[in-house]
Amino acid sequence: MTSAQKPALTLTDLVGRHGQLQAIKGLSLTVEPNEVLAVIGANGAGKTTLMRMIAGLHPVAEGGILLHGAPVTTMPAHERVKAGIALSPEGRRLFGDMTVAENLMIAAENGRKGDWTLSTVCDAFPQLTPLLGRLAGGLSGGQRQAVAIGRALISNPSVILLDEVSLGLSPAAVEGLYESLAGLKGQVTLIVVEQDLTRAMGFASRLICIAEGVLELDGTPATLSRQQITDAYFGIHKAEEPSHA
Amino acid sequence: MMPAMTVEPILRAKGVNKSFGALKVLFDVDFHVMPGEAVGVVGPNGAGKTTLFGALAGSFPVSSGAIQLGGRDLSGTSAAERCRLGLARTHQVPKPFLGMTVFENVHVAARAGAGMDQTRATAEAADILRRTGLMPLANRPAAALGLLDRKRLEVARALATQPNVILLDEIGGGLTEAELVALVDLIRSLQADGLTVVWIEHILHALLRVVTRLVCMAEGRVLAQGDPRDVMAHPEVQRAYLGSSPE
Ligand SMILES: Nc1ncnc2c1ncn2[C@@H]1O[C@H](COP(=O)(O)OP(=O)(O)OP(=O)(O)O)[C@@H](O)[C@H]1O
Ligand SMILES: [Mg+2]
Repeated sequence: MTSAQKPALTLTDLVGRHGQLQAIKGLSLTVEPNEVLAVIGANGAGKTTLMRMIAGLHPVAEGGILLHGAPVTTMPAHERVKAGIALSPEGRRLFGDMTVAENLMIAAENGRKGDWTLSTVCDAFPQLTPLLGRLAGGLSGGQRQAVAIGRALISNPSVILLDEVSLGLSPAAVEGLYESLAGLKGQVTLIVVEQDLTRAMGFASRLICIAEGVLELDGTPATLSRQQITDAYFGIHKAEEPSHA
Repeated sequence: MMPAMTVEPILRAKGVNKSFGALKVLFDVDFHVMPGEAVGVVGPNGAGKTTLFGALAGSFPVSSGAIQLGGRDLSGTSAAERCRLGLARTHQVPKPFLGMTVFENVHVAARAGAGMDQTRATAEAADILRRTGLMPLANRPAAALGLLDRKRLEVARALATQPNVILLDEIGGGLTEAELVALVDLIRSLQADGLTVVWIEHILHALLRVVTRLVCMAEGRVLAQGDPRDVMAHPEVQRAYLGSSPE
């Protein structure tokens, strides 16, 4: 079997801890190449911990992670970037005393070679162009978020993890971002943590909900009802009340 | 009939300009808030919203123009002095003292921000933790809080300084729908208690449940202001901020 046919990501019985607390409690998940997966769940449910574990920024206490069939469970974060995993925006903080262009170029050098370069990233995110010569330390919240996403792309990942992707972006910028991301469909595996449920359901081909560190729900936007999703947010397995339909 | 009264704005920016080095960020910005009012501030990323808050709160000197609080000119007053005069601010990126507990964070804000003595600060901190729903987490280190609770703590620390006016910078970001409902309830209750609220937020459906007036900034200028519906319907606001017309 070639690596292209293997799942992009295979998570097996993953456990992640914060001190005594189990944030991820034995989570298993297989993500196919080029799948568009939306991850939802309450704050504190473990979504960010899970993203950080996949990216190598949070230790895996138990279980394993395969990237295209190859184990990466103990691989350091910078090697996972070279292996094709990119996380935004949590990966690394921007270097505040370097320009936006320098921040992007460093990410390009430390990543893989491919279609994403400074100029293609700026084509996809036009709002970055006027910022290239500016020091990253002076950027507004939304400008930083845009740079962080650009930095993930420029490493030419095969698996892109976008945590809280629209955080701090204006409605117009969110619209533009999702248009750009839609252009990536079919070329990369996209895993997007998104609090806007309507947005998540409209964009993704598959939706999972994490509640208290476990996978509570897994399905396609077409087959999941809002009620199922709402229940899953709170870790409720049964419907609360009969519907009056 | 009530006699006609002229109520003065509680907070006002007059012709404020601000540059960071060669970069001009605010251009002759006029902005005002009436006592007890809830005003929303929106605008594209980099429009200058957070910089306006910085100018109001005294985080840096403005290049020119004036800021007034309760009719008093604030030029030359530091951020700490403005805080003691009743102007509080939350940050887009919360900056609690991570090593301290939730209670300690609020307590320190009451002592340093409002100059309360130990006993009063303790009572005040307890009251604020109750109002913001943080009491069950009082003894948790701030570093261990989830996002919603970090935002609540950011509000609690601002409240501890006994403000008349609170400036909220994107406290809704990253919250789930249910958490946003809780946050909206909290802000409304604060306003009902008489606090004047200015809120920068990109999550419009939450913002519009609180504010009665909206200011849209773009490229360092006030693009439109007034009734939220009129501002949202403004063609320039739609183009610059919303990106598409809301159906
Ligand atoms: N300390 C600083 N040094 C240099 N430039 C700055 C500084 N602070 C802000 N800027 C620039 O000023 C402009 C306005 O930034 P500001 O943070 O006020 O935007 P904003 O409207 O709050 O945006 P957002 O919605 O993304 O938070 C931006 O172009 C930003 O890069
Ligand atoms: Mg801002």
